[in-house]
Amino acid sequence: MPGFGLTFGFTLSWLGLIVLIPLATILLKAAGMGWQEFVAVGLSPRAIASYRLSFGTAAAAGLVNAVLGLLVAWVLVRYRFPGKRVVSALVDLPFALPTAVAGIALTALYAPNGWIGQFLEPIGIKVAFTPIGIIIALIFVGLPFVVRSVEPVLADLGRDVEEAAATLGASRFQTFNRVIMPAIGPALLTGFALAFARGVGEYGSVIFISGNMPGRTEIAPLLIVTQLEQYDFNGATAIAVVMMLVSFTILLLINGIQAASRRRMGI
Amino acid sequence: MSRETALRATSEGRLWQALLIGGALAFLGIFLALPLIAVFAEAFKTGLGAFVLAVQTPDALASIRLTLFIAAISVPLNMIFGIAASWAITKFEFSGKALLITLIDLPFSISPVVSGLIFVLLFGANGVVGPWLAAHDLKIIFAVPGIVLATLFITFPFVARELIPLMMEQGKSEEEAALSLGANGWQTFWYVTLPNIRWGLLYGVLLCNARAMGEFGAVSVVSGHIRGETNTMPLHVEILYNEYDFVGAFAVASLLALLALVTLVAKSVLEWRFDMNSGAGH
Repeated sequence: MPGFGLTFGFTLSWLGLIVLIPLATILLKAAGMGWQEFVAVGLSPRAIASYRLSFGTAAAAGLVNAVLGLLVAWVLVRYRFPGKRVVSALVDLPFALPTAVAGIALTALYAPNGWIGQFLEPIGIKVAFTPIGIIIALIFVGLPFVVRSVEPVLADLGRDVEEAAATLGASRFQTFNRVIMPAIGPALLTGFALAFARGVGEYGSVIFISGNMPGRTEIAPLLIVTQLEQYDFNGATAIAVVMMLVSFTILLLINGIQAASRRRMGI
Repeated sequence: MSRETALRATSEGRLWQALLIGGALAFLGIFLALPLIAVFAEAFKTGLGAFVLAVQTPDALASIRLTLFIAAISVPLNMIFGIAASWAITKFEFSGKALLITLIDLPFSISPVVSGLIFVLLFGANGVVGPWLAAHDLKIIFAVPGIVLATLFITFPFVARELIPLMMEQGKSEEEAALSLGANGWQTFWYVTLPNIRWGLLYGVLLCNARAMGEFGAVSVVSGHIRGETNTMPLHVEILYNEYDFVGAFAVASLLALLALVTLVAKSVLEWRFDMNSGAGH
């Protein structure tokens, strides 16, 4: 087969030029900073508050998406209803809609005089400019990751195992808990991990609805932008590196859990 | 067991089905459909005239031109990369293949803001090659080249990610047959591989384009927000919104939402064709 030299060479050069060399810069920059300075900015109280907010809201939105995304995937795979094709296409909206557009639309909806906000305000629920607003934006952004991860596995799951469970006297609930959940568990975890990773780094859809108060509703990516606007490149680098390290550690852990559960299932 | 009893045992009752469908639709309606409707409602709040005026301001038109320009450069480049990468990865054996695939996916797991930051650190005034660029009167950060680079980084994996599994599944027997019949490499790619992967390729290009035109975080960091010069459409939306020009912001936003809708429709049509093709093949 011809073309290995050409395609492989081009792939490596383009990867190096666009991704690897630029990424290496940030590690070089961090390495040149010195431990004291790195900790002073990267682990300052304001930075830690922003990590807690970013990782906390991403985890909360990921959990909501794991539950409701599974519901959506289940309904799309198992049931027939009018307009299903449109609903299925709509699930991909967050992939196609620019994040800034989603951000201002959600803010308009959940502002105290917005379509949804006006009903929540009287019962004392504030969404816009609070962490709840951030979670709602991250639910929007992360939903398709869960649905699209779970859907194919659910579709491939043979009805025979469910029939076997039913003939052995299992109730529908028992079958779901003991037969279906273990089979789709790894895919659900993948969906959660993808939504979580996206949520931690998300910027455009969040900054409009979050209110951006330092220490309270300031997400980590916004803190990086703030440092950059003050020409504090070391500060921005330190926060970015801490964020990347924590993200990669969590993703590695999730990968590990998945590998272990696959081994247990014998796949 | 009769068919009816089997169905009853492995499915839910009608009431449960209705409840689950209703729950899913209510969730999707509130969380996905409402924001989309809100964009258009806000854009046309004060009538069609205000919408047209907002879209026709020189700054808005400049942002539309820039967004189209950025996509016209970055999408074809990453398309060529995607084809080359999947050809190398799926047609040949070499060590480190899994690592290469992981590295190609890397931009997906990095915050858009950090994706912009790395180019500032590299090419900015205080960056690694910043002084050299300044000495030669070249501008990358706070200029169009920086926006192109950040967009290239963000959309890097899209095409490759669609093509690698597809070409893996198709194998290389058809290409080998063409080569043994005397076709050269380019002919084989053009007449055998490309027709086989065209729908997958189009799908990847579509998603790549949507992201290239809609990217906000990475572009926001490198652009410098110079009106009429380095403002893409999403950045222009932000500026108008922060100036409390809500009709203007939502008017430009509705154009982007329209792009998203076109993308979704085209994507559904492609998926439908995919199903038809694979259905006929089996």
